[in-house]
Amino acid sequence: MIFSEIKKRAEAEWDQLQHSKELTLFIGAATCGRSAGALEAKKTFQDEFEKRGIRANIIEVGCLGPCWAEPLISIVKPGGPNIFYKNVTTERATELVEKFIVAGDPLPEYALGLVGDKGDYSIPVLWDMPNFKSQERVLFRNFGFIDPTNINHYIANDGYSGLNKALSMKPAELIEEIKTSGLRGRGGGGFSVGRKWEAGLAAKEKQKYVVCNADEGDPGAFMDRSVLEGEPHSVLEGMIIAGYTIGAQTGYIYVRAEYPLAVKRLQGAIQQAKDMGFLGENIMGSGFSFEILIFQGAGAFVCGESTALTLSIEGKRGMPKAAPRPRTTEVGLFDKPTLLNNVKTFSYIPQIINKGGAWLSGIGTKDSKGTAVFALTGMVNNCGLIEVPMGTTIREIIYDIGGGITDDKAFKAVQTGGPSGGCLPEEFLDTPVDYDSLTAAGSMMGSGGMVIMDETTCMVEVARYFLDFTQKESCGQCTLCKLGTKQMLNILEDIVAGKGRPEDIDTLFNIGKAVNTGSLCGLGQSAANPVLTTIKYFREEYEAHINDKICPAMQCKELLSYVINADTCIGCTACAKACPVEAITGEKKQVHVIDQAKCIRCGMCLEKCPKKIRAVECVPGRLNEGGK
Amino acid sequence: MADKIELTINGQLVTADKGMTILEAALSKGMYIPHLCHHRELEPVGACRLCLVEIDGKWKKTVISCKTEAKEGMVVQTETPEISEIRQATVELLIADHDVDCLACGQNTRCALQRVADHVGLNKKRLQRLKPPEKKLPIDDSNPFFNFDPNQCVLCGICVRTCDELQNVQAIDYAYRGLGTKIAGFGDKLRIESSCESCGECIVRCPVGALTEKDSPKPTHQVKTVCSFCGCGCGLLLGVRDNRIVSAQGNVNSPANKGRLCVKGRFGYKFVNHPDRLTSPLIKRNGEFVKADWDEALDLVTDTFSKNKGEKFAAIASAKATNEDNYILQKFTRAVMGTNNIDHCARL
Amino acid sequence: MAGLAASLGSGAMTNAISELGSASAILAIGTNTTATHPIVALQVKDAVRNGSKLIVANPKEIELCRFADVFLQHKPGTDVPLLMGMMRVIVEEGLHDKSFIESRCEDFNASEKSLAEFDLNTVEKITGVPQDKIIQAARIYATETPASIIYCMGITQHVQGTDNVLAISNLALLTGNIGKPSSGVNPLRGQNNVQGACDMGCLPNVYPGYQAVTSPEAKAKFESAWGVALSDTAGLTHTKIFDACYEGTIKALYLVGENPVLSEADASHAIEAMKKVDFLVVQDIFMTETAELADVVLPAVTFAEKDGTFTNTERRVQRVRKAIASVGDAKSDWWITCQLAKRLKGKGFDFSSSAEIMEEISTLTPSYKGITYTRLEKGSLQWPCPSEDHSGTPFLHAEKFGTDSGKGKFKPLTYRKSAEVTDSEYPILLTTDRSLYHYHSTMTRRVYGLNVLNNEELMNIHPEDASVLGIEDGQMVKVVSRRGEVEVKALVTENCPQGTVSMTFHFFETPTNVLTCCELDPVANTPTTKVCAVRIEGLNS
Repeated sequence: MIFSEIKKRAEAEWDQLQHSKELTLFIGAATCGRSAGALEAKKTFQDEFEKRGIRANIIEVGCLGPCWAEPLISIVKPGGPNIFYKNVTTERATELVEKFIVAGDPLPEYALGLVGDKGDYSIPVLWDMPNFKSQERVLFRNFGFIDPTNINHYIANDGYSGLNKALSMKPAELIEEIKTSGLRGRGGGGFSVGRKWEAGLAAKEKQKYVVCNADEGDPGAFMDRSVLEGEPHSVLEGMIIAGYTIGAQTGYIYVRAEYPLAVKRLQGAIQQAKDMGFLGENIMGSGFSFEILIFQGAGAFVCGESTALTLSIEGKRGMPKAAPRPRTTEVGLFDKPTLLNNVKTFSYIPQIINKGGAWLSGIGTKDSKGTAVFALTGMVNNCGLIEVPMGTTIREIIYDIGGGITDDKAFKAVQTGGPSGGCLPEEFLDTPVDYDSLTAAGSMMGSGGMVIMDETTCMVEVARYFLDFTQKESCGQCTLCKLGTKQMLNILEDIVAGKGRPEDIDTLFNIGKAVNTGSLCGLGQSAANPVLTTIKYFREEYEAHINDKICPAMQCKELLSYVINADTCIGCTACAKACPVEAITGEKKQVHVIDQAKCIRCGMCLEKCPKKIRAVECVPGRLNEGGK
Repeated sequence: MADKIELTINGQLVTADKGMTILEAALSKGMYIPHLCHHRELEPVGACRLCLVEIDGKWKKTVISCKTEAKEGMVVQTETPEISEIRQATVELLIADHDVDCLACGQNTRCALQRVADHVGLNKKRLQRLKPPEKKLPIDDSNPFFNFDPNQCVLCGICVRTCDELQNVQAIDYAYRGLGTKIAGFGDKLRIESSCESCGECIVRCPVGALTEKDSPKPTHQVKTVCSFCGCGCGLLLGVRDNRIVSAQGNVNSPANKGRLCVKGRFGYKFVNHPDRLTSPLIKRNGEFVKADWDEALDLVTDTFSKNKGEKFAAIASAKATNEDNYILQKFTRAVMGTNNIDHCARL
Repeated sequence: MAGLAASLGSGAMTNAISELGSASAILAIGTNTTATHPIVALQVKDAVRNGSKLIVANPKEIELCRFADVFLQHKPGTDVPLLMGMMRVIVEEGLHDKSFIESRCEDFNASEKSLAEFDLNTVEKITGVPQDKIIQAARIYATETPASIIYCMGITQHVQGTDNVLAISNLALLTGNIGKPSSGVNPLRGQNNVQGACDMGCLPNVYPGYQAVTSPEAKAKFESAWGVALSDTAGLTHTKIFDACYEGTIKALYLVGENPVLSEADASHAIEAMKKVDFLVVQDIFMTETAELADVVLPAVTFAEKDGTFTNTERRVQRVRKAIASVGDAKSDWWITCQLAKRLKGKGFDFSSSAEIMEEISTLTPSYKGITYTRLEKGSLQWPCPSEDHSGTPFLHAEKFGTDSGKGKFKPLTYRKSAEVTDSEYPILLTTDRSLYHYHSTMTRRVYGLNVLNNEELMNIHPEDASVLGIEDGQMVKVVSRRGEVEVKALVTENCPQGTVSMTFHFFETPTNVLTCCELDPVANTPTTKVCAVRIEGLNS
């Protein structure tokens, strides 16, 4: 079948859904939605509909982005707008059926926003709301709206049009288009995608590979997962175009086995693409043949590094190869030229080919084109997946999209770029997010994690936490990364435990510099970043821990004490009963006392002390055994 | 002759073969750059991070010298302050992680880590701040010929690459990750249960005391000879101490094996000094062997042989004996005993 | 050996071991190289690492199969049809080297005609190897040049041993894969100096340097050199010598450094023969099972206690040097034999060093003519080395073959079944094999560590066979052949094909060779230790 026929059919199906005479429900059922209870809510709707004899289309879709609003379900009444409801528990689901679907009350208090004709609804338009307004949905355009298991939904929304167009173009023209777009690799390195593809095309071997890096391993990062679950075809289409451009026959998707739903979505998408003739022999009559295989990684962080990743696919232990070495585009998978890009990078390609490179280069800054995708987490009101034009400032992200710091606390630091990124203090709030600005500030774009920390965060503890991660995930071959991170971790553990020594900051700095300069791969070369940037920007916190034995954020248990204020204590015994180590003594209705020698600083006493009494206090520093 | 190039290392003009790495070029001129994971017979991996050097001029960059090709006109510094600092930190990290019991170690005085530490120098105060490993790992002494002590291992990977690149056995690899990384056989079972063929090539190449041969007193001298097991004819250097064979080493100059040996070649010599060796002629009297002196035994044999010359006699030669032994035996059979009844086990 | 000597004019390896590493294709047939010749195996594995193609033909799935592009698992004793099948493919596809056949070979037509019987259907039926694999192997061998063949006892220790070798040389000649570096026919010789023992004339039909005892010129040459009259009839071969001892025609047997009780096929027969012979002298380094039967035992020194030379499988003559003084009163073999000779009034045995012996060897052995101890000090030499200024010969047959006509001789072949066939009483084939950790037994069984690594005989048996017989892994079984029986522990493994079991022969506790067959190859008189019909009986543990 020729493409225009395929597209016509898909559009007809899509159109039918849009103008359905029946009720339509879109369930945000990516992994995040499911863990929040989306499938339970779906079941409730189904049960209610059956009970009431209501006919409805119920469609599982990918993730719209706002994690804080999960489970997120949108409801379209025939002819009406698409109303997104937040935190749809089973109770809320029942209520929505009763009051909205049956009785017609749209329950605006549960609504997040609506898309489409506002009409008389007193529900705001989703895209006008502060946490969506500053976003620019390029990669995310279809997330939450199309069924990722239905290839026709994708085709109807311009899917595979890019491939159709690409197959009529010459490889050099395609590369030119991508160069024009200014797209840089979204895996973190930020290398020019056009130049990488050019190198892939220039490689002289007959056998070449395209590899999609879906080994998303940063703690708290789930951008790639959302793409794979929300619109897997965009990744496949990008890979097929890449294969056609450089002359590869086989593509691999290296995806973590911890992403079972993403794997399932990909498997389904590959089969559908094959059935449609977008994959396999002689794709759409072009003479070009391409297959895509899925390789499930076993969860080693380091396998996200390109050379470790290709070794892993080869069935070997995934350990990075040291530079100098040939580029992967020259010697990659099975020692053949290999084009390796991140999930998001491939996902941009179809739209770039479809709309032209100039379209993407119209978004973003001079050197960082297009949008940036972040998993916004930490002490911010609206956590979730966001997509903004490159150049948006950190401040806009936190305060507009993120809705500000939780509980109106003060901002302290933002960490970008995953476990090896840097922690930037308040003075960097107006830094635009793009590759070069973040690097200049001492952090990095990475693959797109953004962790917000407030005044209650201990920066030494933050450094310790990330070091603990990187040292566990070191591949173990390179001395500096394996041993250096561990020794730094030892020192940080001493510091947070109040056993720091004055020279420790210098030692940390020296080892950290050696690790960052001397390590073998990107993981090691950035492993010390959390330590080095926190020393740089929050040195006084280190000094307080070491010299004054105080944790200014009151987080390090060894550096704080709990005391009972004799003036306010009423002797209710709640604290004594709660204390797991019997460190609190005192007769009923008498002032209680905490034995500092026994206290393990679990904080139970503070929690149990009646809120209107507030006799238990947490004070900085470690009181000696006498209690003062 | 290979093409030559010239480069400058630490201000000295160095001539090197085209294609050599900077490290090879330096080592070939006796200039030491610290290294642990480099081995001339193996592919470089750049894991130890000690051989960092700085290239000035148009290639300006800090690189590992074991993987960077030396180029005409290159200007290399091996001991800049920055490199020295990284190197010192690296060595201190290694030493802190190492079971430093040098005098009792089989590699003492030949240990590459000792040499690196000696060259780099240590900051004792900082070294004391570093913590030793939380627990000692058990020594794997399951193989009858060698021990593996993970506490001495620097994870240079030379043993892994030897087993893979040279022997193609692939019995060992890195296992686990992070600080728990160690060299292990499949499933981290004992070496004796791995697919290790006990060729000992890894022991020969281990730069530290992690892989050491059991019961191996140092020889006082070595004798160049040939292995006596199979037809490969591997060149051997037998180590001698107090008129006993105490070690065997492959002769790198032997075209048959180029220094490599199998388990029998490396460890099989131990039969030579076995207590069961026959040490005097024996004559069977009334069904029992009785020790005899050579004259007595030879007389008895010749007495009988003289009565059985010609077709009543046969000799069977040994494919283990030397050409000279065999030449004499067939000459004896033909010229003295008058028969061609001589054969050996060529067919077996 | 007899086979190659007839077709190529020399029975030795045509190439140097190191050349294997540069071959584009290697056919390894009837050799468990990693166990028997580990260092040769390294070259094979290096070649594969460098992109060469490897074909392994073996009844068992040996370690080398891990590296093979094609594995031909043929039934024991079907080497000729397998190789002829490959040749038929090569001829039919026109992949043979016509100009080489024309200019360097003879008798091609008769040999070509004999291929008629080997259509692939028949070959598949006899060998059990799928046709497409035979075709694949044939194409690789014929087109990936230079190609080398290596083989070992898996080829020779058969009733059809000579035919097997001829089939190999036919295949090499057919494709012109001989007479060039990395290209040839390479019998891997087992023992360290088995090549040298042959070169030195420890064979019943030839003097040193393969000069026939039946040749009047050769006889005259040696009579004049040694100053005595010599017999012009060929002597008895190894196996026949034991027969003659058994029958009583041989009265005195002088056994040097051999242990037939374990190594001789149909060992019970050999033991009986040695018990029957009037006078048995054994010269060895340990009190072997054979020495126990002797009338006189003479203590010899090991390689570490003597000077001399060994000639390895690639014809490389190398110096053996004395490292330590003799243990006890043990003596060099040559010294002992010379003492006997002198006491029997033999002339020409007054040698004071092995170097002096080599001087005599080189005057009488053309291929060793240029070899002296002085030269060997500087490095080894590969024979032929016809003069002192000749640097030795890494590969043979560069210009012409060693046959009388100088041409490589094709030999027509037909398939002959093994003499030992299975029947309802003995339904399973036993084949013998070796362990990496042992070499025969006399020496390695006395190395503690080698016995830790491999301390007992294990009969390898396929899981299907084991299940039919109700045998479990690790269970003791009795193996019975038409000649004897042994008890052994079973190892259930898919490495062994169905219908075949295999055992080594390193363990005196399990003397495998009491089972094996002494049926001889009619030309080379090599016994058939590779095929022997047995039945297996499970024993209660």
